[in-house]
Amino acid sequence: MPVESPPVGNTPDWLSDPDGFYEALMRAHEGLSAAQSHTLNARLVLLMAGEIGDADRLRALLAIGRGHAD
Amino acid sequence: MPAYAYRPFGFTRPPELDGGRTQAPVAIVGAGPVGLTLAIDLATRGVASVVLDDNDVVSVGSRAICWAKRTLEIFDRLGVGERMLAKGVTWQIGRLFHGEKEVFAFDLLPEQGHKYPAFINLQQYYVEQYLIERARDFPDLIDLRFRNAVTAHQDLGDRVRLGVSTPQGDYALEARWLVACDGANSPTRRRMGLAWAGQTFEEQFLIADVEMDESPFGDPDIPERWFWFDPPFHAGKSALLHRQPDNIYRIDLQLDAGCDGRAEATAERVAPRIRAMVGDRPFRLDWMSVYRFRCVKLDRFVHGRVIFCGDSAHVVSPFGARGGNGGVQDADNLGWKLAAALAGDAPETLIETYHDERSHGAAENIAHSTRATNFMTPKTPIEALFRAEALRLAHDQPFARRLINSGRLSAPCSLEGFALQTPGTAPVAPGRAVVDAALDDGAWLMPLAQGGFTLIGFGAVALPETPGVRRVGVGRSAPGYRCFGDASGLARARYGEGLAYLFRPDGHVAAVFAEPTQAAVTAAVRRALGHAPMRKAA
Repeated sequence: MPVESPPVGNTPDWLSDPDGFYEALMRAHEGLSAAQSHTLNARLVLLMAGEIGDADRLRALLAIGRGHAD
Repeated sequence: MPAYAYRPFGFTRPPELDGGRTQAPVAIVGAGPVGLTLAIDLATRGVASVVLDDNDVVSVGSRAICWAKRTLEIFDRLGVGERMLAKGVTWQIGRLFHGEKEVFAFDLLPEQGHKYPAFINLQQYYVEQYLIERARDFPDLIDLRFRNAVTAHQDLGDRVRLGVSTPQGDYALEARWLVACDGANSPTRRRMGLAWAGQTFEEQFLIADVEMDESPFGDPDIPERWFWFDPPFHAGKSALLHRQPDNIYRIDLQLDAGCDGRAEATAERVAPRIRAMVGDRPFRLDWMSVYRFRCVKLDRFVHGRVIFCGDSAHVVSPFGARGGNGGVQDADNLGWKLAAALAGDAPETLIETYHDERSHGAAENIAHSTRATNFMTPKTPIEALFRAEALRLAHDQPFARRLINSGRLSAPCSLEGFALQTPGTAPVAPGRAVVDAALDDGAWLMPLAQGGFTLIGFGAVALPETPGVRRVGVGRSAPGYRCFGDASGLARARYGEGLAYLFRPDGHVAAVFAEPTQAAVTAAVRRALGHAPMRKAA
């Protein structure tokens, strides 16, 4: 398996401040019930879709996500 | 039988018990890696210290094993870096597994031209032994006192009085500064009743060091850092594997939060866990410990004439190797400041900047360590769900690999934006630690940039003579100061053609100049020493 170097720029597979994002995401769910978390996730998916905008990319992401669903 | 042969240092009767008196201006409590680093640092600057330790052997158990590049560069300055490197196991690749599958690997030093590697693994007992042997090279400046327990201290405003207890009686000792390098349970901190509240993590972890002739890394036996989420040999938990010298391997296994730690730290319980991991390969248990950890730091690292350094000032989880490495960086930051204040070259307020800069370093270490621990130990079902999906996506979606946090390994702390640095923009910004580069004829840039204030010019820039400042030219020849060739252009590529960098004695950039003048360099040195800016005469 190839060894990756630490990211150096805004390449397509690079997510800026990944640890900070993950911490913020966990914090957003803090104190919510399972149903509330479910609602929050649905809302976030729609918000991020609005941010991505491109229908072809969104369809590709849906396929990848669905492909991981057992 | 541990693999390492412990030899007690023994007790030497201190002169105070017979009416003598020590003139050393610095008393250091604790002869661990941090206290010894500070004592040697001070000795290289001609400052005497007394090092007091209640024990008389090196670290029992390997404890801290991962020593980062920046720590090795500091040890290089103190004259022990090459010995540590020769004995240690060099590594730079981290490999991450999820279940049975390898998910990705990361390279902690993907570029060439550095004297020291990203990391070495070396048992803490070797690190302490080498530091003590180095300290003994300064018999007039380092007074090592084993089985001398500090039991009391009193800040007298211009000095500190210590009460010391020994097997042959008690005595009092005075010093200008007391530096507490006495560890996470610091008796000095407790005596002062300082608040020590932070985040405690419930999970327990088992550390086992095993001696094996046959490597658990398999064939080829290339030392790396291997980390598993949910491995087949330890279902539902995490595991970590490192190689140390002498065929010793460090295994770190996450346990259940509520388990009985004392029962788990027994050979009967540990051996089957190791066997599940290493299979039929014969092994011998060398050392083990079950631990829980906290992330805490003191509000203030400097209290009058008492200074906290290393674990006494801050503790973190071990994932990321930020405890020992953070402590050595503390000593690196403090040594030259103490020496400058004692010599009268700097105001005593310079010591406060040790708090500013290293409290920042500790906060950074705690933030990384807390995030890693939170990722490794999800607290709620939704956290567990997100982590499971991040791990699943990481197998084929590279972006998700950035989310996987098995510990972000210690990197040099940047002091950008702090008061001692003269603001400026440059490829290596003021505040950052020296970035090494290979020069012509086997020379390295890093050792040239540490020790005292040093002005290094890269390429076509003339360096003015400035009192108290060494000058070094790179990539050109100039009369009046030492110059080094840079035929590969590596140093100039890293620092920028035509720029001059002023380095602090700890190797951090204090200022950068395109056209250095004696007045500008002098002003930057004064600023780095904590003096108020000079006023122009009216």
